[in-house]
Amino acid sequence: MTDDKDVLRDVWFGRIPTCFTLYQDEITEREAEPYYLLLPRVSYLTLVTDKVKKHFQKVMRQEDISEIWFEYEGTPLKWHYPIGLLFDLLASSSALPWNITVHFKSFPEKDLLHCPSKDVIEAHFMSCVKEADALKHKSQVINEMQKKDHKQLWMGLQNDRFDQFWAINRKLMEYPAEENGFRYIPFRIYQTTTERPFIQKLFRPVSTDGQLHTLGDLLKEVCPSAVAPEEMWFTWVMPKSDVLMIYLSYC
Amino acid sequence: MPSSVLWAVDLFGRVFTLSTAGQHWEPCRDAQLEFKRVSAARDCCWGIACDHQVYVLVGASDVPIRCQEEAYENQRWNPVGGFCEVLLPSDRWPCSDVSGLQHRPLDGVALPSPHWEWESDWYVDENFGGEPTEKGGWTYAIDFPATYTRDKKWNSCVRRRRWIRYRRYKSQDTWAKIPSEDDPQQLPDPFSDLSVGGWEVTDEPVGRLSVWAVTLQGKVWYRENVSHHNPEGSSWSLVDTPGEAVQISCGPHDLLWVTLWEGQALVREGINRNNPKGSSWSTVEPPTSENGILHVSTGVCVVWAVTKDRKVWFRRGVNSHNPCGTSWIEMFGEMMMVNVGLNDQVWGIGCVDRALYFRQGVTQSELSGKTWKAIVAGREGDRSLSGSSISLLSAGCFFGNEVRGGAESCGPGDTDASWEVPGPASSPARLRGKESKKGPSHATATFPEATDLSSLTLLQLGLEEPESTDCHALWAWVSGGGCAVEAHTTLKWFTTQSGLSPSTQTLLLPITPAQTAAWRRQIFQQLTERTKRELENFQHYEQAVEQSVWVKTGALQWWCDWKPHKWVDVHVALEQLTGNDAAQDSILFIYYVVHEEKKYIHVFLNEVTALVPVFNEAKHSFALYTPERTRQRWPVRLAATTEQDMSDWLTLLNLSCCESRRLHGRPSPQAIWSVTCKGDIFVSEPGPDLEAPERRLPCDQMFWRQIGGHLRVVEASSRGVVWGIGYDHTAWVYTGGYGGGCFQGLANSTSNVFTQWDVKCVHIYENQRWNPVTGYTSRGLPTDRYMWSDATGLQECTKASTKPPSLQWTWVSDWFVDFSVPGGTDPEGWQYASDFPASYHKYKTMKDFVRRRCWARASAGCTWAPTSPLPPSPSAPATRCGPWRGTAPPSTAAPCPPPGPTGTCGTARGSRPATRRATAGSTCPTTCATCLWGPWTRSGSSLTKSRGATA
Repeated sequence: MTDDKDVLRDVWFGRIPTCFTLYQDEITEREAEPYYLLLPRVSYLTLVTDKVKKHFQKVMRQEDISEIWFEYEGTPLKWHYPIGLLFDLLASSSALPWNITVHFKSFPEKDLLHCPSKDVIEAHFMSCVKEADALKHKSQVINEMQKKDHKQLWMGLQNDRFDQFWAINRKLMEYPAEENGFRYIPFRIYQTTTERPFIQKLFRPVSTDGQLHTLGDLLKEVCPSAVAPEEMWFTWVMPKSDVLMIYLSYC
Repeated sequence: MPSSVLWAVDLFGRVFTLSTAGQHWEPCRDAQLEFKRVSAARDCCWGIACDHQVYVLVGASDVPIRCQEEAYENQRWNPVGGFCEVLLPSDRWPCSDVSGLQHRPLDGVALPSPHWEWESDWYVDENFGGEPTEKGGWTYAIDFPATYTRDKKWNSCVRRRRWIRYRRYKSQDTWAKIPSEDDPQQLPDPFSDLSVGGWEVTDEPVGRLSVWAVTLQGKVWYRENVSHHNPEGSSWSLVDTPGEAVQISCGPHDLLWVTLWEGQALVREGINRNNPKGSSWSTVEPPTSENGILHVSTGVCVVWAVTKDRKVWFRRGVNSHNPCGTSWIEMFGEMMMVNVGLNDQVWGIGCVDRALYFRQGVTQSELSGKTWKAIVAGREGDRSLSGSSISLLSAGCFFGNEVRGGAESCGPGDTDASWEVPGPASSPARLRGKESKKGPSHATATFPEATDLSSLTLLQLGLEEPESTDCHALWAWVSGGGCAVEAHTTLKWFTTQSGLSPSTQTLLLPITPAQTAAWRRQIFQQLTERTKRELENFQHYEQAVEQSVWVKTGALQWWCDWKPHKWVDVHVALEQLTGNDAAQDSILFIYYVVHEEKKYIHVFLNEVTALVPVFNEAKHSFALYTPERTRQRWPVRLAATTEQDMSDWLTLLNLSCCESRRLHGRPSPQAIWSVTCKGDIFVSEPGPDLEAPERRLPCDQMFWRQIGGHLRVVEASSRGVVWGIGYDHTAWVYTGGYGGGCFQGLANSTSNVFTQWDVKCVHIYENQRWNPVTGYTSRGLPTDRYMWSDATGLQECTKASTKPPSLQWTWVSDWFVDFSVPGGTDPEGWQYASDFPASYHKYKTMKDFVRRRCWARASAGCTWAPTSPLPPSPSAPATRCGPWRGTAPPSTAAPCPPPGPTGTCGTARGSRPATRRATAGSTCPTTCATCLWGPWTRSGSSLTKSRGATA
């Protein structure tokens, strides 16, 4: 008998084997070995790549180092997208490990946001959580939480502590028994085929005539022209926390 | 094509039929009986009812079933009186059968069973060989036996005439009981499975059927002489088998398969026109050795099987010449059972949702079909219960996606397209039927049809039907033996009448737990596949985030260790450390201030033996036991200000304790279950060396984790079947969930936790002392106990001050006198004694100066969760999934419920009964918890009611 917890664990502990290589034009004192890591799918690139940074900085001169950024096959990787999303979006069809190129120069200003510190990631993450809760509970749950709960949520993600994270996140996923789900389902649909960064609309879990919506309904309504249904799969188990909510509200 | 019907039995044992032309399940007219099995032929249906007796229902027809009885009256001529009944001593009986060997007096010919009636009285057959005879119908001959003629000749010494009488089968359209022939010398061996078939083996006599049955003791029986004119058959005859049979299936032609307890299948060989019983058995091994065959069903030239892991298998290459077939092919979907009907069409009952599925696309060239399709026909019973709109709404649960789609409702032919929506499960790798090459297999050529056929999954059916509710019919058995579905017939089973559509959908239809479970399993499978794909070869990579210490802190109150004991404010910190081997250990620190000095105590969570919520009136508190603290009878008691806070801490501590002992999920089958004197349920995982004498662990040193619920007694078997009885005498069965009660969130399983309720009596004592003036009064001596007290007399308990056991309980009755205390009472409930405390007796003697009586008041646990428990299952062996296998309530059942063919149930067969129960309250003497929300499912109806059980 599988349990929601099993699913949550598997989503949380999803890992992508990654090979980081330094960009060829970076100036090094000696040759930079590639660096191998298992990246948590639910985390953010700049949050979990301290080791990578340290590894490559060892072979570089201090003056050659400016802000680190990552690129895969010519595409700069947006750190504010969850790692799993980046992988599924860009590299899911390529062989593992995922080859990411590390840059320390010529930051692509028009493609990427700067990430000077972890506080920026935290702010981004919390704003995502708050946005989702605004849709789910009119922000009631997140606003009722104490600062330390917010901190625990963030620390849970940062330290890769499932229990710590879910002890708080559980409250964000609850809804009164008399209601049939969240007010709106927070979701984002990312596509490689379009210019738009993502699609986001208000979507209730229940239609006006009382029928429960499915993910298929959502896709039909939100991007009717989109994706062949087989590609739905990736959206479905994509460990973006927002999409998880869809899953959860229907389980 | 005339319509024919599909037979099915729901979990409650009610029999329904669904016509191929119809859209609704019709309840069987004879609704009195509850059935476990049915097996249908075209004109009749055999079944095993809940009383373990075999019944046959013969459909009504225009031409009645008539049977002619005949007898011959024989006379001999003698010179004195002419023809008379005085025969020679060597002659036959005056009244005999046609051969003359049997004595057959007219008034001695009895009806074979109560289901027959005479049409008329005996009369003389005046025809002989098609020509009328002379008056009296006599025919003449020289002697017995000889050639009879119509004409009386000079040498006609004997004569005879034929009497005939017709009997008619009267029990048409009702269930007629087949008289059982239990040998009184032996233990009764009731039937557990039955199958009819064989109507194509031979045409003689008309409507001949092969009826096979299996008994509880695993014997196989054949019913002799079943035909149209003898629908009941004549007698059972035993057919020897090389093993203990569990289930049997007889095809329309010469296929007969039997499943054995050990998981193999037996195949009957040599069935033919002359020998419908066949001659010998041969054995077929199950597809995989670890999962034996649970169920088989045979058709004309197909065999379908379900193994113990509920997988569905199709047997390749089965035909009359090779009844064993060649190899197994795994089909998609998990089923409780499958049944092959006419034209080798197949029906199945879904394992998870208990819905009925029809195998679509079964044709002569593609015998394995294409997809499982849910039958969503409504039930007549649901409508006829009431004509109100409520029942209409409840019928909404049978809707297929067509209705949801609104105006686009279309015939089943069109519908297929919408069912075939490629969804998550359509990734090609998952669709291929696996081929297994076990059994008497030879050349296993590829079988493209079959592998491509099993394309649509059950899970997708679930996805497409999220609006159905759990009020949908739960089926236990289906028989298609009387149901003729041509390969390309259009059936209306997969849609419901638009007239039933709820016009105003104010009522929301939740998703069934079964669908959710199927869904969750699918997602989990995909995630597991993903993890395997992405991590299998890269385990040696370094983790991006190193595991670290995590601390949860908070403010609680602590029942201090020193005197005077009181609640003191403390600061609490739980430190979780994860080692390199992912083992987790945790330490709970409790910081307190005494005499302005900061101190702390700490508890290693891997030493904790029990965590118990304590409900008293003022505090939300819990107790934490270690072996040492149990020995001191002084647990660490902590209190939180809010219930939520307490439950957060309790959940987290519980989780940490389980993590540090590496316990996950549900208890193992070997777990030791216990209940405390307060009704809490605790379970402990035994170590491998539990019974080794040198390592024996006292129960107060084992780790007990709480499972939600409230029970008086719990019993477990070594196969993981756990039953309990609540204080209100309701039987409960453990569903396999964990958590519940105060445990929320992560320590909980989200499935299988239902609402449990219980009723418990609180007892107080009214004490009186006799004095010479006024007799017994409530004025005691100054040294006496309280006049209203608990059983010990030490605590004052008045009617007004006594509260329900905890906040979760409410009173459900007023105070009443409990007469059922040990030792008995007088008519007013009093017990007498010479003094307090002494032994009490039920009558007053001269020496008795005190008396007491017990008052009780019932309190009930309120229910927390909106979910409702699974329905009770009166038809015992019909429920066959895992630990749910119910027994029939004692009121309706025969002595022992027959074990279903699963063989998974511990007590049923062969397994070592390992029920152990720790003494109540051994680990938690001071607690009182009522966790009413637990992983328990009510099973059956209430057992015997006895009033006012003592505490």
